[in-house]
Amino acid sequence: MSSEIFMIVPSAFFSGVLWFLALVVSLYLARTPAHYSIRALSRVIHNAMRLSAHSIMHAEQQLQQRNKEVLLAQGREASERIIEREFDRIEATVRRDLAEYPAIHRMLTEEIDRIDDDYKDSTEAPPNPPGWIKAVEAVAKIPSKGDPMVANILEDIHGSLQKANDKTLVEYRKANQTRHSYLKNMMPHWRKVLNLLTQVEKNVSSLFTRSTTIDRHMDEYEGILKRTDHSEQMLSSSSMTQFFISGIVLAIAVGGAIINFHLIARPLSEMVGGTSHIAGFQINTVSALVIILLEIAMGLFFMETMRITRLFPIIGALNDKVRVRLAVVFITILTFLACIEASLAFMRELLMEEDAATRAILRGDNVSIVAQSSYLWITTAAQMGMGFILPFALMFVAIPLESFIHSMRTVLGVATVSCLRLLEWVLRLGGDIVKFMGNALIQFYDFIIFAPLWIETMIKHRQDQHGPLGSPEQSHAHTDTNIRG
Amino acid sequence: MLKSFAHIALLLSCLFFSACSDQVSYSKGVYMLVDTSGTYTTELTQAQRIINFTLAKLNPGDTFVVARVDTGSFSEKDIVQKQTFEDRPSMANQQKRLFREGINAFIEEVKPSAYTDITGGMLQAIEYMNEAKSGIKTILIFSDLKEEIQAGYNRDIPINLEGYRVIAINVTKLRSDNIDPVEYLDRLDSWRNKVESGGGQWQVINDLERLEPIFSS
Repeated sequence: MSSEIFMIVPSAFFSGVLWFLALVVSLYLARTPAHYSIRALSRVIHNAMRLSAHSIMHAEQQLQQRNKEVLLAQGREASERIIEREFDRIEATVRRDLAEYPAIHRMLTEEIDRIDDDYKDSTEAPPNPPGWIKAVEAVAKIPSKGDPMVANILEDIHGSLQKANDKTLVEYRKANQTRHSYLKNMMPHWRKVLNLLTQVEKNVSSLFTRSTTIDRHMDEYEGILKRTDHSEQMLSSSSMTQFFISGIVLAIAVGGAIINFHLIARPLSEMVGGTSHIAGFQINTVSALVIILLEIAMGLFFMETMRITRLFPIIGALNDKVRVRLAVVFITILTFLACIEASLAFMRELLMEEDAATRAILRGDNVSIVAQSSYLWITTAAQMGMGFILPFALMFVAIPLESFIHSMRTVLGVATVSCLRLLEWVLRLGGDIVKFMGNALIQFYDFIIFAPLWIETMIKHRQDQHGPLGSPEQSHAHTDTNIRG
Repeated sequence: MLKSFAHIALLLSCLFFSACSDQVSYSKGVYMLVDTSGTYTTELTQAQRIINFTLAKLNPGDTFVVARVDTGSFSEKDIVQKQTFEDRPSMANQQKRLFREGINAFIEEVKPSAYTDITGGMLQAIEYMNEAKSGIKTILIFSDLKEEIQAGYNRDIPINLEGYRVIAINVTKLRSDNIDPVEYLDRLDSWRNKVESGGGQWQVINDLERLEPIFSS
């Protein structure tokens, strides 16, 4: 019925031909406005997409700039923190080592004085010749001329001289021995002096090493302040690495938290009951979760008060006395929670044993076999140990968490920039495709009405040969020029 | 910024927990009807096994009732043991042990009844379970499902089993069923129609190994 209205003549084929001819004529007559509409539509879509792409590019540039600012600010903060730590270490070294320098100096002076004294004591003093030697010499020069008395006197003198000489020689040797003992005594003083000087050298060397490290960090810091591309690339790469590493560590920590959860959830039902529900979850599981989150929070605050992390600037800004007191409070609470967990782990073991015994009774098994096992204490001890250790292990989640949060800003920024870039490319490509599709559609339009166009060209050609003016073909060409222009 | 975020998260979680502190009951309620009529009393050791199995599967907060089916079962007097287990697992374990001892004593001294009023038992079960307000309600019927009502008792009444799961366990075949199995099948179909027309779910479990899944849900 509906197809019959298209039947102009009884033959379907001829009806189709007639309809086609009517369509071609209509399209030919509407050619100029149709071309205009197609071009206008494609241009509108093309321009809209290009404008959108341009806006997105602008947003992307802004985001990139913001990312750079964030990255450099984080890098600057991190560098400042590292440099500050290095200066703290130098201060500690100076306070510890160089504060002792006056004492070392005094010890050195004392040692040197002692060495000096020993040295003075060890100087060789030639033995004084006896006072009467000149008199002896004079007597010895008296000519004896064979006088036996003189000869006897001279022999006595010679003997006395010999004795005096021997005595002097003994004394000289004794004095030499004493001097050598002084020199020997100098050895430990020398060694002490050497040790003191080595210590001084070591202290000074450590300061030199630290100053080299500070120089390196200062160079990086200057680079960040100058906003160099190298610094930005370095920080960006570092952020990515930090993001993935801290993500892995956090995943491990989540595993630890899950173990911890299972360790305490069951025995908590003995305390808070296991039948009430909050948001569809049993209250004992919610309590276990809250305890674990409390432990993590305490650990986080403890790390913050120790200035290991800087997630809460207000804690870091507290004065040292309050900060240390808070640290003690947090670690005490954490220890208390760890003790509770250890007790819960112990209770868990007891409950499991009781459950096993009840099941055995209900099965009709021998209960004593179930209850008595010589290895039960190992699992009990292991559970208690885990219950005590895991809260402290979870405390260290604060460190990767801080890295994760800080690096996430950069990573999310980079990911968003990439998405915007992709969207911009898609919009540009879409705009160009629409533009070329419009041209292609015009060509297809002309292809459908190729017959009238051919006739028109022929007429135009013939009229050109005769030279008429104001022909319809001229008006078409004129309109086309206008549209294209 | 992180501090503000932490405050907002804390506030939202408080709101969330206060808003979502639900009153929906998640506890299980199991009412077991044990047929004590005629020769079926010989099957009571099997019933004892099922009761012990059910006790092992129930958790703190759950309710378990064992009632006998005799001449007129629509009565509290037919309840053999009933217990809503304590919140604390250790207390619940003690209650389970006491429950088991009560059942053992019942099985030792039970005497066969002349009639089998399963419908009356179901009515009593519905009344009790509605009061107990259990979340998941199950009626276990340990019987051959051959109902014999004493003259004068009216049991031709509709039963509202909306939200109930009725499970027939250990439906033994009678001698007459062996001669004409249609009688057995008709009996099962009649009970199915009765339960499903009352809005309940019907299930038959003859292999006791298949009892496990019904307590896991």
